[in-house]
Amino acid sequence: MMSTLAISRNTAPPVRRVAPRSGQAQQRIRPIVLQNNDSKPRKDSVPDWNALLCNVARQDSAAFAVLFEHFAPRVKSYMLRLGSDAQQAEELAQEALAAVWRKADRYDPARAAASTWIFTVARNLRIDAFRRRNHPEPDPNDPALVPDPPASADMVVSRKQDAVRIRRALAELSDDQREVLQLSFFDDQTHTQISETLDIPLGTVKSRIRLAFGRIRNLLEDEE
Amino acid sequence: MSIQHHPDDELLVRYATGELPEAWSVLAATHAALCLDCRGKVRAAEAVGGALVAESGPVDMADGALEATLARTLAPQADGGASAVVAAAEADEAKPVLPQPLRDYAGGDLAGLNWRRLGRGAYHIPLVSGRGAPTARLLRIPAGRPVPEHGHNGLELTMVLRGSFTDGGQRFGVGDVETADSDLEHQPVAEPGEDCICLAVTDAPLRFRGVFARLVQPFIGI
Repeated sequence: MMSTLAISRNTAPPVRRVAPRSGQAQQRIRPIVLQNNDSKPRKDSVPDWNALLCNVARQDSAAFAVLFEHFAPRVKSYMLRLGSDAQQAEELAQEALAAVWRKADRYDPARAAASTWIFTVARNLRIDAFRRRNHPEPDPNDPALVPDPPASADMVVSRKQDAVRIRRALAELSDDQREVLQLSFFDDQTHTQISETLDIPLGTVKSRIRLAFGRIRNLLEDEE
Repeated sequence: MSIQHHPDDELLVRYATGELPEAWSVLAATHAALCLDCRGKVRAAEAVGGALVAESGPVDMADGALEATLARTLAPQADGGASAVVAAAEADEAKPVLPQPLRDYAGGDLAGLNWRRLGRGAYHIPLVSGRGAPTARLLRIPAGRPVPEHGHNGLELTMVLRGSFTDGGQRFGVGDVETADSDLEHQPVAEPGEDCICLAVTDAPLRFRGVFARLVQPFIGI
C-alpha cells in the first residue's frame, strides 16, 4: 500500500485544495492550469494532464481530484458505450481512477500522454471485469525486451503535446476514417464486423484504419 | 535482431482496443516486446483510444464518487506480490529466451519447461486454450525437421522465439511472425543447427494431414 494519506474509510479524505477558503467543508476544486503564472486561470487554458498525473504519483490528492473530475465521467462513458449498465459503469470508472491513483508511479511521461495511460488502465480493468483475464503486456523492465531508445527531456515535452496533436489529427480525418476508429474502440467490433455494420468491403475497413493510424503514428513519432 | 515478418496491423489495433481474445493478445504482446516498430503501432493505437476517451461526452458520476474512489484506493490489492518474487529470482539469471508476458504463461523460461510429446520429434506446451476459443501454445521443432504437415480451418500465427524455420521459400527468424490462413497448406521446416521454438496461435483446431498426427490429434487436444 503506497498511500500515505492518513484517511480511514469512514471519513471523507482530506483533499489539499488549490485555493482554500476557511470555514467551507465542501468546496469545489479549481482546475490546475497549464500556465498559471497569472493570479487567476484563463478560461481557455487546458490543464497539463501529464504533469498532474506525475503529481498524483507523489500522492498529490488535489491533482488527483482535478484528473478525476475530467476523466472519471469520460471513463464512465467509455464503459457505458462498451455495454456496461449504469451501476457497473460507475463502479468500473471508480475502480479505474482508484487504479490510476495506485499505479501512477508506473506512469512514464516520456512514453505516453496521460490520456493514453489512463485509457490503458481503464481498458485493462474492463477486460478483467468482463472476461476475468489479464491483458498480457510486455514488461518494460524485462531483460529479454528489446528496449526503447533512452528517454530524453524532449520526449517528455513531446508526449505533453500528444493529446493536442492527436485531437487535431482526429479532427482532420475524414468522417469515414473517424467512424471506423470509433467502432474499433467503442463498439468492440472486429474489422469484419465493422465491414458488415457499414456495409463496405473488408479491404476498405482495413485501408481506412491503416491510413488513420499511419497519420497519427507519424504525428507521434515525427517530433521525438 | 532484424525482424522481417510482422503481424497484420489489425492484430495490433485490436490488441490495443482490448478486444482481442487472450491467445492472440499473448502473441501481440510477445512480438511487441521484441519489435520496436510494432510496439510503436500499439502505442499509437492506445494514444488514439486515450484521445477518444478524453474527447468523449462525459457522463455524470454518482454523488460522492471522488470520496468513494479514494476509499477504494485503500482496499488491499491482491496483485503484485508473486510477480515481484519471480522478478527478483530472475534478476540474477542470464537474459531469458522467452520475453514477458510469455514466461508468465509458460511458467518460466525455456530451461525447466515440461514439454509434451507431439510426434516426429516435435513437442508442445499448451498456454491458452478453451472450448471454441483461440489457442496458444509453445512448439518445439527439432533442427532440420518439419512441423507435422497441417492445414487449418482458420488463421494461424507462428512467432519464432529461438532458432528459425523456412516455409514456402521464406525464412523466419527470432521475432518473425508467419501468418497462415485457411487457404494455405503450409509446411514449416526448422533450419539445421538448433531446435526451433515458436509461439503458435490458432483460432480453430488444426487439421493434421499425416496418419499418425490424425490419430493422436484427439488425445493431444490441438
